Amino acid sequence: MYKNFLRYIISVLFFLGVSGQANADFKVGFVYVGPTGDHGWTYQHDEGRKAVEAAGIKTTYVESVPEGADAERVIRQLAQSGHDLIFTTSFGYMDPTNKVAKDFPNVKFEHATGYKREHSNVSTYSARFYEGRTLLGHMAGKMTKTNVIGYIASFPIPEVIRGINAMTLAAQKVNPDIKTKIVWVFTWYDPGKESEAAQALIDQGADVIMQHTDSTAPVQVAEKAGVWSFGQASDMQRFAPKSILTSIIDDWAPYYVERSIAARDGTWKQQDTWHGLKEGMVAMAPYNSAMGSDLVKEVEQLQKDLASGKTHSFTGPIYDQKGNILVAEGSVADDGMLAGMNVYVKGVEGDIPQ
Amino acid sequence: MSFDLNFIGILIGAIMASSVPLILAASGELITERSGVLNLGVEGMMIIGAISGFALMVITDNLFLAVIGSMISGLIISIIFGVLTQSLLTNHVATGLALTIFGIGMSAMIGKNFVGIPGKEFPLLFVNLKENIPFLGPILFGHSVILYFAFLLPFLTNYFLKKTKIGLIIRAVGDSPTSASNQGINVTLVRYSCILYGGAMCGLAGAYLSLIYTPQWIENMTGGRGWIALALVVFATWSPIKVLIGALIFGGITILQLHMQAVGFRIPVQLLSALPYIMTIIVLVVISRDSRKIKLNTPTSLGQIFYKEK
Repeated sequence: MYKNFLRYIISVLFFLGVSGQANADFKVGFVYVGPTGDHGWTYQHDEGRKAVEAAGIKTTYVESVPEGADAERVIRQLAQSGHDLIFTTSFGYMDPTNKVAKDFPNVKFEHATGYKREHSNVSTYSARFYEGRTLLGHMAGKMTKTNVIGYIASFPIPEVIRGINAMTLAAQKVNPDIKTKIVWVFTWYDPGKESEAAQALIDQGADVIMQHTDSTAPVQVAEKAGVWSFGQASDMQRFAPKSILTSIIDDWAPYYVERSIAARDGTWKQQDTWHGLKEGMVAMAPYNSAMGSDLVKEVEQLQKDLASGKTHSFTGPIYDQKGNILVAEGSVADDGMLAGMNVYVKGVEGDIPQ
Repeated sequence: MSFDLNFIGILIGAIMASSVPLILAASGELITERSGVLNLGVEGMMIIGAISGFALMVITDNLFLAVIGSMISGLIISIIFGVLTQSLLTNHVATGLALTIFGIGMSAMIGKNFVGIPGKEFPLLFVNLKENIPFLGPILFGHSVILYFAFLLPFLTNYFLKKTKIGLIIRAVGDSPTSASNQGINVTLVRYSCILYGGAMCGLAGAYLSLIYTPQWIENMTGGRGWIALALVVFATWSPIKVLIGALIFGGITILQLHMQAVGFRIPVQLLSALPYIMTIIVLVVISRDSRKIKLNTPTSLGQIFYKEK
């Protein structure tokens, strides 16, 4: 009798568990590499999350998750705790995301800036930030007096190298004498180190500074030193009101809302998204009038041309540092080449750290 | 690369500025450790100092209040550590780690409303002299008052520990709390005071980051400097002057490696990034080879819980 009763309880609990899961509220999880208060990369992803929330979908997030073993634990935890769709928002989450996706076929995964979709429940998405870098290069080439452009780089991955190359190519087009100096800081986010790197570049003669790191420290150093700078990921104008020329803004909100609704309604499909200026995933903050109205008009035109596809950031002929041809005259780099870019173009100083 | 004298002066000035938070936090922790208390909460106290200083600056618009407030908040948070380890006799290591985690979380929570507000210009002293004297100008002048204080502090600390009665008492408590207690010294009171002093210095170190070095509030802005300060104290074998040397080497190589990259030296960047850690340890180990001196400086009862026998 007692045994039967126990069995009954267990089966009821089991049934409740199963049905509970099926009727549970649809939940979306986000994994962030930095704090939501970085006012850069993670901040923008969190703005996207808030848009999903505003669309009436429940969300949770975990911030400051290091890329590595911790990431897998956090992603697994989210998958286990009933999240139906999980956005992992840093390049280094690529392998952990795919690993967890294998064990949770019913959960959908969206990995930012990666290229591995090993299972049918993993999508990847990224923005064509390099289109923004092309605009920065154009401005930098025109604004520099010393012909030295300083670039604070995070990690030697295709995404970062693509940005360096796109910027350099655009700057060379308007000013053949420019040199790109790069400092690798090996972090996405360390205000102290980023500002020291900015100072080092300024001391080496750079009068335009740009960054592929997430804090606002470099633009503040630039403001103090009286050199030009560009914001990263979000509009950093108020940190350097005089010297910032513009910021590349990542706008993830429309994508996050669209994908969350698709997952909720069962229309979610695996895909690889790479949106740019055209779709608005990459946007530009207002241009600083200090660069003169002629240049502002030029850049606005270039922005339109990049968005419409009339101009491409990687239009041949493009040579690598040794002078070998990468992209032939008259053609443009295809997405495969862009996604795996691992060489500098001519005009960039130094070697890519291996 | 322009290797002119003035540039080297600017470089040295930058190195000095970057080592200030390390000197302040490490000097404070040194006093705490000399009294026999191991407080691993340096990072947590620094970040609390950073947010408090910045928040007060925004609210009161008064930099003096902000600096004082950051020291007081570092002090207040160290009281938690004091009560737990001295009155409730908890384990120093575990409590210190908890303090760091608490500090980081707490600062992020307070800081939510202060993200994205630009900092205020902190007044720098003798800016004219800095610009008009080549080489020495950028080294000696044009710094904040906190930098001058930080560079005096190791010498004051050294004098205080070696030449004053209170310094002697602190060392006695750190070496043998039981004997000190038998001599009529209130061990708990001495240790409390040292913990509070350490907390105040860490708070000041944090304020230096959020008010002067990178004037803004961003989460986690101490970026592990508290841990480096802790390591400096040990590698400097509890000697204040060596803490100063260690902090300068660490700051120096951090900045030099970035400059070497900007110049275009063909050295693997990963090695350059690791260099500050490696070099600081090597140099401090080399200058502290005298094992007798180490024994003399090491607080014997470090991290041990003291029970007063009644």
